[in-house]
Order: sequence, then C-alpha cells, then structure tokens
Amino acid sequence: MSGGISQAAFTKALLDPDRPAPASLTSPSGAPAGKRFDVYRNNVAVSLTEALGVAFPVVRKLVGDEFFTAMAGVFLRAHPPKSPILMLYGDQMPAFLEGFAPVRHLGYLPDVARLELMLREACHATDTRPIAPDALAAIPPEDLLSVRFSLAPAVRLLRSQWPVFSIWLANSEEGAPMPEMRAEDVLITRPGFDPAPQCLPAGSAAFIEALMAGASLGEALEKAEGDAAGFDLADTLALLLEGGAITSILTRDSET
Amino acid sequence: MSNHMKAIAIAGAVAAAVASTSTPAAAAGKEKCYGVALAGQNDCKAGPGTTCAGTSKVDYQGNAFKLVPAGTCESITLPGNRKGSLTELDRDIPS
Amino acid sequence: MRDDANHTPESLPPGPGVGYKPQHYSDILADPGPVCWLEIHAENYMGDGGRPLAQLRHLAGRFPISVHGVGLSIGGEGRLDPEHLSRLAHLVGWLRPASFSEHLAWSTHEGAFLNDLLPLPYTQATLARVCDHIDELQEAIGRRMLLENPSTYLAFAESEMSETDFLREVARRTGCGLLLDVNNVFVSATNQQTDPRAYIDDFPIGAVSEIHLGGHDEDGDDEGAPLLIDSHGREIADPVWALLDHTLARSGPLPVLIEWDNDVPEWPVLAGEAARAARHLEKVAA
Repeated sequence: MSGGISQAAFTKALLDPDRPAPASLTSPSGAPAGKRFDVYRNNVAVSLTEALGVAFPVVRKLVGDEFFTAMAGVFLRAHPPKSPILMLYGDQMPAFLEGFAPVRHLGYLPDVARLELMLREACHATDTRPIAPDALAAIPPEDLLSVRFSLAPAVRLLRSQWPVFSIWLANSEEGAPMPEMRAEDVLITRPGFDPAPQCLPAGSAAFIEALMAGASLGEALEKAEGDAAGFDLADTLALLLEGGAITSILTRDSET
Repeated sequence: MSNHMKAIAIAGAVAAAVASTSTPAAAAGKEKCYGVALAGQNDCKAGPGTTCAGTSKVDYQGNAFKLVPAGTCESITLPGNRKGSLTELDRDIPS
Repeated sequence: MRDDANHTPESLPPGPGVGYKPQHYSDILADPGPVCWLEIHAENYMGDGGRPLAQLRHLAGRFPISVHGVGLSIGGEGRLDPEHLSRLAHLVGWLRPASFSEHLAWSTHEGAFLNDLLPLPYTQATLARVCDHIDELQEAIGRRMLLENPSTYLAFAESEMSETDFLREVARRTGCGLLLDVNNVFVSATNQQTDPRAYIDDFPIGAVSEIHLGGHDEDGDDEGAPLLIDSHGREIADPVWALLDHTLARSGPLPVLIEWDNDVPEWPVLAGEAARAARHLEKVAA
C-alpha cells in the first residue's frame, strides 16, 4: 500500500496501547488521531473482555472482576478470536491459565475454565433425538454384552483431580455447599436445550469414556469395574437415559 | 463370571435403569420450551455474541501481573491452593 | 428446506423492526406491538444446534427476518475467509431471509477477528477490493446484499473521495443495495465536523433498502471537539429522529430498524422506540 497505513500496522497499534496512533490517522483539523484512535482500541478490548466475562462467569467470579478484566486484556492480545463466531471464543483459556503466573496457586482454575467451555459447546451442539428408555429394555439379553451406543454430540466428560463440579456449583447457585478436596468427574448432557452438568459416582467416567470411544457395553463395563470396585451400572445408565445422551443402539444386526 | 451370567447381570441393571427413568416425562416436557429459562435457573448460557456497536467504556489497562486474584477463590481452601504472597508471585514473573 | 407456504418474500416490509435479543423471545411472541420484522446477527446463529437456532426457526415462521453480518471483513486487505463465506451461504440457504446486509468495514487481520467495525480509507485501491469482495459474497449467497455506511471516529490522510461517492460507486459496480444507518451518519458527521443533512442529500438514496437507528454516547476528543460513540446502548437521540425525517422525505417509506445492543432494556422500552419509528414513517407519503 502506498502513502497510507496498512491494516497490519493498524492492528499492531490497536492491540498495543503503548504505541502512538498511526500518523496518517487524523482529526478533522488534521491533528493526530489520539483519543479518536483510542475509541477503536476500546471497542476491541472492551468487547472481547466482555465476551470473555460472559464465556467464563465462574472463572471471573473466582478471581474477581478487577483481576479478570486485567487478565482478559492479556489473554485477548495473546489469543484474539480466530473466527467471528464468538459463542465458542476462549478455547485457549485453560492452557493460558495453566501458564499464567498470578493464578498458578489456583490449581483448579484451568479445569473450571474447561468445564465452562464444555457447557458452551454442549449448548451449541447439534440437536438429536434420544432413544426411548424402553428401547434399551428391548435388547435381547444375549446381545447386551456386544451392544454399542452412539451418544449425543452435546455429551461432554471432564475428569479432574480437583472438586471442579463443586467449585463450579458453589459459584453458580445460591446456597450450594463449599467444596471439599476430592477428585471429581463431571458429565454434561443436554436434555432439551439446557446443559445439565453433574458429578459422577465412582467408575462412571471410565464407563462413559469407553462408550464415547466406541466400546461395547461389555467392554465399557470391564473398564468401569477395573476403575472402581463399587461401580453401579444401573445408576450410570439411568443418568445417560435421563440426560437424553443415548441417540442410537448399535447391535450386531444393525452394524451389518 | 461367565458371559451368560454377565449378560443376566447387565439385563438386570438395564431393567432397573429403565424403570427409574420411565415414569416422569420431565425431560421431554422441557424440550418444548424455546424460551430462555427464568433467572436463577440453570439455563443455557449461550455464551458471547458479536457486536456492531462501539463502547464509551474505557479499556482498563491494568497489569494483571501486578494484581492478585480477589474473588470467591479466597474463600476456597484446598491442598495446593496456597495463598500466593506478592513476593512469591513476583518471583514467578518471567522477565 | 422450507415449503412455499412458509416462504419469506425477498424484501422487508416498510415498517419498524428491531434487533432481536434472546431475552425478548417470549415478549415478542406474546405482543410484538408495532414491530413487523426482526434482524439477527448472522454470526450468532452459526452453531450446530441448540436454543438459538430453535428460536430462530420458530420466529422465522412468524416474522420476516433480516440477516445482518458483522464478521465478514469486507474491507479487509486479505481475501475473504472461504469458511465464513460458506457458513453465510448455509445460513442464507436454509433461512431464506428477507434481506442480507454487511458493513463497509474490516474486522479480521491475518486470521485474528477483532470484533469491531474498523475504518477504511476511501481510495481507488479500497474501492476495487471492496467491490471484489462484494461480488464474491453475492455469488456465494446467491442474492443481492445491502452494504451499510459506518460510524467513523477519525479520518485517513490518504482518502481520495467522500464516503457517499465511495458507496455510490460500490453500488454501481456491484449492483448491491445500501443500508443507510442514520445514527451512523449523525455520529460520523459530528465526529468529522461535516453536515449530516448534506450527507443524506448526497447519498445514493435510490439504492437504499433499509434504515438503521440506534443510540449513541457523547464524549470529546483531545482538543475538546465533540466525539460521539456509536454505542447502541440508549434511546435514539432527538437530532437523529429529525435526520430520519429528512431522510424519509427523500426516500419515501422504508424498513426502519431499532438497534439496541448494550444495556439492552426490557421489551416495552424497545417496542416504544419501534412505535416512535412507526409514527415517523406514518408522516411520509408512500
């Protein structure tokens, strides 16, 4: 580009408040743009900071508004959105939090961000029609070990060494109990349009993880029992059915 | 356990799971509601959207490296969740 | 795929519309008041599923919908994002909206989306690029688009022509229509210290198929000159309503949109602004 300012230079100045406004940008009187250029800086930084606050309400609550705003300023300059679809902006946040020194002592924060990302992914996942629970009861017992399920695209599983669900709940619902130290596995289903996160009992996550990877019911059961002695299959199947998480049953016949 | 025995055990669990979910049609009823859930309910947080408007708010240019998180995290005490002192944090800052 | 009974006409009615916000869903269905069409931001309906799309499908059966893109970066120096073009084509394909519009601005640089409508110098090089991008978009979505005039806060030393001449030439070369944002005209004219009525008088009014109105905030620049911010966060200012009258006197009745994107009010307040727009439209002879 001859004689003018390139969008590369504009962008650089836009994201770096320490740089002066590019020289060819002016007020009507021909004075340097100054505060007029700052309008664009504000629009970018404030709108993306607000987007991150909407995206990570529990992270924001945990660190406080002032800290979150300052941290968002660092994040958005390091990781501006890669697409104009902002509903899923912030997929780099968990990794960013892991490396961000001022929150290093909050070891659970990256997993809280992962949970908040998964909730949004679940919100916008493809709509599916779950199987009727009766369809499960209709499978002949001799086929049960080898049966496989397809799960709804909204289903998400988060295994954390932190009480990530309890922390999320304590900061999302009035009167929820304070979290105690323990590892927690979280299942997100989306019956209808609202994601339903819940804490899983022992073995359930190993079971669901296996199903998600395409394992048969028998194989998944083996994984779950290997993971936790007291695994309760009926409870976990009920969770999946109630959450509308199973969208089809693949028997040997249907696979041919 | 033989595969036969296993299949019978699974069939029992399946029957129990189906029985526990077949009564209330709560989930199916909810699906009809396209509206946003009432405040306080765990409604779908659709997440951030786009804007075509500007703002007159001024971008807060605080340096997060000099700030300390000061939200509800202060009330959560877990092992490894040490209260970082400022000196400790300063030492962590890459120069 | 929609059946013919559900088919939306390819133009908006010449009455008031509002920018749709999900929190108004039930209110709009219960009592839309004077509101006869809705506008959505394309990018907020590009998920795979979920409530936003379900609401949109439902509303589209009851109201003409205008799809307003805010993220294509038509003025960008780089090429248009082919993925985003196909997402737009998909949305326009299934929804069959009554109108599609985008902005004379850029917002993406080297893959980074900056979520603001950034300004352009009005040069021959910009003109050629914007026209190429509009041709490409109109080809991709298979229909004519409307291009919106921006709010501006500064000037480019290298600009060679006025914004009205620039838009006139874009419309002539590409065949696109124009979306005239009357608040943007007022904001830009105040910020550039020019006459907003002269801008309207010089605007290629025959190409205009939609009008936008929104609220702005007042600030000042380093020299103490007035600096208006296009914030869409309050009622439309009185001088903007007066400028609407001046515009409608030239154009005749047109679809008029109320944009309220920040500090979004309860439905009755928004419907009240739409009612005010309806009264201004009634004063104009068809």
